[in-house]
Amino acid sequence: MLLLIGLVVTALLAVFVGRYPRPGFLNPRLLVSDQLAVRVVTGLRLPRVIAAMLVGATLGAAGCVLQMLFANPLVEPGLIGVSQGSAFGAALAIVVLAPRLWVIQIFAALFGFGGLALSYFVARRLRFGGRILRLILAGIAVSAVFSAGVGLIKFAADPLSELPAITFWLLGGLSAVEWGQLLQSAPVAVAALLFVFARRWRLNLLSLDDRVSFSLGTAPERERLGMLVAATVATASVISIAGIVGWVGLLIPHIARRLVGSDGRAVVPASLLLGGIFTVVSDTVARTIIIGEIPLGVVTSLVGAVGFIGLLATYGVHVEK
Amino acid sequence: MSILSLRDISFSYRADRNAAAREVLRGLSLDVPEREVTALLGPNGAGKTTLLNICLGWLRPAAGRVEFGGRSLGSYSRRDMGRRMSLVPQSEHIPFEYSLLEFVLLGRAPYLAPLESPGEADIAVAAEMIARVGLGDRAGASVLATSAGEKQLVMLARSLTQQPELLLLDEPSAHLDLRNKRRLIGLLQAEVERGCSVLLTAHEPEFAAAVASHVVLMRDGRVITAGPVDQVMTTENLSATYEIPVVAHRADGRLAFLW
Repeated sequence: MLLLIGLVVTALLAVFVGRYPRPGFLNPRLLVSDQLAVRVVTGLRLPRVIAAMLVGATLGAAGCVLQMLFANPLVEPGLIGVSQGSAFGAALAIVVLAPRLWVIQIFAALFGFGGLALSYFVARRLRFGGRILRLILAGIAVSAVFSAGVGLIKFAADPLSELPAITFWLLGGLSAVEWGQLLQSAPVAVAALLFVFARRWRLNLLSLDDRVSFSLGTAPERERLGMLVAATVATASVISIAGIVGWVGLLIPHIARRLVGSDGRAVVPASLLLGGIFTVVSDTVARTIIIGEIPLGVVTSLVGAVGFIGLLATYGVHVEK
Repeated sequence: MSILSLRDISFSYRADRNAAAREVLRGLSLDVPEREVTALLGPNGAGKTTLLNICLGWLRPAAGRVEFGGRSLGSYSRRDMGRRMSLVPQSEHIPFEYSLLEFVLLGRAPYLAPLESPGEADIAVAAEMIARVGLGDRAGASVLATSAGEKQLVMLARSLTQQPELLLLDEPSAHLDLRNKRRLIGLLQAEVERGCSVLLTAHEPEFAAAVASHVVLMRDGRVITAGPVDQVMTTENLSATYEIPVVAHRADGRLAFLW
């Protein structure tokens, strides 16, 4: 509840913080008198803040879901081939096809999903380790293949026009977000998140050993696949808006578990809200702190990694094995 | 009456490329009597845990029939199975810091609709079971902070929360001290009084003799003998099962075993 209020307050503040008319806080009274201020707020900042909330909430929740599904607090979307798959799809679209936004988005989403599917099928062929270890190993291998592909495309790309586009996309950012684009991707992500949210208690069951989960009357294989697909759909659709925004999916669930405990009923909503707050703050920092713009992914990775080390060093985090 | 009956069960784990498939169970037949505690005894590798997994439906036998409550095991839905049969594994990897109550509450899963979260009534059942295993004052503590023996009791509490007809336990006495063993025996016998049936595997003949009324001796994937404790747990049968001299003694009206 506190977190919900926190998210709303953060979002409201973020709408009014920026570099117009001068760096700092925009006086709300300007909205009445200044036409340009109205357009800056409703046309640029509002969609951007909403997009940041959506991106952060999705990545936080998806990270939380994946960590619980794989019973492993180190998992995030980047580890099972989703992020690298999307990156490859986007780079491919920029170079091979017309670098139009919607083409890039569709490619990113499709390849993100393809990355997961490929990891999943490779994992089924592996003859090493348990099921979870197999999927993670397959994910690492598939990710490596896709990053090699991205490297190849970058090498072949036109250094003046295409390479900057790819680089910007890989670093993640929300500077190009507009209402239309947001309305395209949001419904899919929101629907997938609702599915995850509705089944959040059952995530606890899936975090247990498969045999135990089975003995509790679940069909672990099927339920896990359902959650996995939902988390991937949501992730792929926000990656298509924002590019690769790192570390949110790994860091946020850890903080959430610290704050509200491990039960899925509490930790999924907490991850949603915290992810939203974190990304809105990071994005506001990214667009205001210098005249240009720092890529969002750089800010989240920097803050995220430092925060992660701090978190693990400060508290005794109980993790078995 | 038997609640569970297995007929001519064969099972082998999938063969590796460089090793032939080892047949773990060979034409095994077994009846688990209703409202009794049945103990499975046998040397390591006799197939006890495999057998338990087949009873649970987790493994499917290559050949043979499993009937539960007079119906084929495969004819039950997953949820239905979760309400009728529960498992206490030998050990379990718990990845996150759940509280005892949150953890035990997971036993209510088969009673909840797919989108439902547990309510007051479910919490009451879980709390009662935690109290029943003697951890009532620790309900808010973290599962990861419990000792191995306490963890076993917590897993038992979760199984009881499923309110099953048949309770399966894999080596339940392994980590328990004497007092908790005594408590476990009391708990299981109380469950039988309530109408539950129990099937457990054990390594210690003393524990098996103290908790069970029906004993099954296994060796090499087959049942050697099965029947009431007094008839089955004899010097000859146990020596043949473990292939070392074992002497059954009666002292103070109880069975003790020297080996």
